[in-house]
Amino acid sequence: MSSLVIHDLHVSIGDRPIIKNLSLTVNSGEVHAIMGPNGTGKSTLAKVIAGHPDYTVTGGDVLLDGRSVLEQEADERARAGLFLAFQYPSEIPGVSIANFLRAAVQARLPEGEEIDATAYYKRLYAKMDLLKIERKFTSRAVNEGFSGGEKKRCEILQMAMLEPKMAVMDETDSGLDIDALRIVSDGVNALRGPGLGVLMITHYQRLLNHIVPDFVHVMYDGRIVKSGDKSLALDLESRGYDWVKQELAALPA
Amino acid sequence: MKSLTDSGSAATVENPIAGIDQTKGDFTYDVAYEFDAGTGLSERTIDYISSVKKEADWIRAFRRQALQVFQSKPMPTHWATRDLENIDFDRIRYYLASGQKPKRTWDEVPEDIKRTFERLGIPEQERKFLAGVEAQFDSEAAYSNIKEIVAKQGVIFVNSTEGLREHPDLFRRWFGKVIPTGDNKFSALNSAVFSGGSFIYVPPGVKVAQPLQAYFRINAENFGQFERTLIIADEGSEVTYMEGCTAPKFSTATLHSAVVELVALKGAKIQYITVQNWANNVFNLVTKRGLAHAEAEIKWIDCNIGSRLTMKYPGVVLKGRKARGEVISIALANDGQHQDTGAKMIHAADETTSNVVSKSISVGQGRATYRGQVHIPKRLRGCRNNTECDALLINTNSRTDTYPAITVRGDRNSIQHEASVSKVSEDMIFYMQQRGLSEGQAMSLAVNGFINDLARQFPMEYSVELKRLIDLEMEGSVG
Repeated sequence: MSSLVIHDLHVSIGDRPIIKNLSLTVNSGEVHAIMGPNGTGKSTLAKVIAGHPDYTVTGGDVLLDGRSVLEQEADERARAGLFLAFQYPSEIPGVSIANFLRAAVQARLPEGEEIDATAYYKRLYAKMDLLKIERKFTSRAVNEGFSGGEKKRCEILQMAMLEPKMAVMDETDSGLDIDALRIVSDGVNALRGPGLGVLMITHYQRLLNHIVPDFVHVMYDGRIVKSGDKSLALDLESRGYDWVKQELAALPA
Repeated sequence: MKSLTDSGSAATVENPIAGIDQTKGDFTYDVAYEFDAGTGLSERTIDYISSVKKEADWIRAFRRQALQVFQSKPMPTHWATRDLENIDFDRIRYYLASGQKPKRTWDEVPEDIKRTFERLGIPEQERKFLAGVEAQFDSEAAYSNIKEIVAKQGVIFVNSTEGLREHPDLFRRWFGKVIPTGDNKFSALNSAVFSGGSFIYVPPGVKVAQPLQAYFRINAENFGQFERTLIIADEGSEVTYMEGCTAPKFSTATLHSAVVELVALKGAKIQYITVQNWANNVFNLVTKRGLAHAEAEIKWIDCNIGSRLTMKYPGVVLKGRKARGEVISIALANDGQHQDTGAKMIHAADETTSNVVSKSISVGQGRATYRGQVHIPKRLRGCRNNTECDALLINTNSRTDTYPAITVRGDRNSIQHEASVSKVSEDMIFYMQQRGLSEGQAMSLAVNGFINDLARQFPMEYSVELKRLIDLEMEGSVG
């Protein structure tokens, strides 16, 4: 049983505060969705959890299994079990997906231990079968010349291979047509289970028709302003974010 | 002990390094030299070298004339870096050797020299995948051997000293013909004081299946290594030659200035592979050129890692109809290093084709320069050239320059030129780190990916070595 606890988090870029007093707990087996209008700090939250160097945490904490990750480099957090599915995954020219994942798996082994290549490929092919990915896909260079859908499938495949405890998925639906969205969602659903906690960040409700969340949170102006179950997402769909803004404005300061 | 001057007659070379083995080649053992031309360059130096080698008069005259050319030519600093002015020719030792004849078995090689090559893994490589090996230690080959099965086919693989002595007609016919003494200041220097290097002859139609390898090791401080290699592939023959080079990291500058001439007669194929890993105090100023006759093919695969300054532009003169020339080069310039490399393709017959693919990586304050020269005169038809140069910058203060000079006259030839400069972005590194790779591992992977399509053309053993060298270079590049 794992947990990702975000506690009273404050984050700035330079002098500009982006996240203000945000708290959230994700336990393994749960799928949480964070929704909110553009520019509200959703992607910042994803990058801060992953350890992007451009952001400064000015208060609060992020804990994985009770241990603060804020002092850890991005790669240490990754090896501890945090995975970020990127909104805009980077291209790595000349490095095949198979070799990239092999390096990532190797990096998780104790010092001096060499990866078992046969076992690695066996596991890779099993995951590809699970996600219905063709064998030749992993000979291509990571994200190089990929369509939007291929990039997201590549993220899901990496997630499947690295078996994180907690996965943060940043706008996984962006740039996908409906077929690609279905393929990617099927992949995430296939990986759902008691050993994995998921924090999905999305602007649109439509993703949540495919990946049904256990909890939905509304983020606005750097904090979570409303939480509920999947019906909250449907409310947002029909009433829009303005409804949340108006409700907030009505609250006493 | 024979010696030219008292001052230059040190019997042993002191080890200036306290803790060794930061990189594979960075170590040195004390060696007693039997022959030492002393410090500085004059006619006496040349006479000493010629006498020790018991050379014919014509070669002694050749050396003397070359010395004059060297002395009369200015440093090429009107186009090249002024760092060349920091070479102090008076402080260099031009000839150091422990013996005059290379041994045919490793058991005969003196212990103090043998352990160096064992540590570099040469005897092991020879057993595993080579047709022949020459191991040069400072000025002379300590070991030279060719597998019997290859020798029986009439293949000659000896060092240049033996080549001159035992095959004078063949040697003299091509020696200095591809790269004349006066080609540049450093080819003149080499012509004056050359020693060691390989002499290879492959008879018509013989295809040498496994590579021949030479390993050039600088052991002594303030030393200049001037090997001279001449490879002749007779009609329809094929040969692959590989060279590796290392030197320990001394506090003073070391000079390596080789001349390599290749001759591919009609329909012959020569592939010449270099993986150099010089210490970063070495001035590496090398002239390499091949002469491709009709339907012949010469391919240079050149990988430059290390050195303080490397200036090297392997070339092919495409002399016969349908000759092909290719230069594949990888250069990695780290802090305090300047890799000034490139290629020359001189088309001199119809339907000749050339291909140049150059990839450079600049790390930290490292500087990579590409200089290319492609020449296709007006009278020719059906010639083609493709030139691609890609540069990768690792840090914001890294530097790369590209100077392609392509001269194509007439309208019956075609060329294609592409160049790109890319950076390893912070986003890319963060992405890889998020998958669990350390920053250094991420850098290495990005660099290996950048050169991947070229590295695949190396023989397996060398591409593994190349990857290992890049990993080592990139380890210290982040922080």
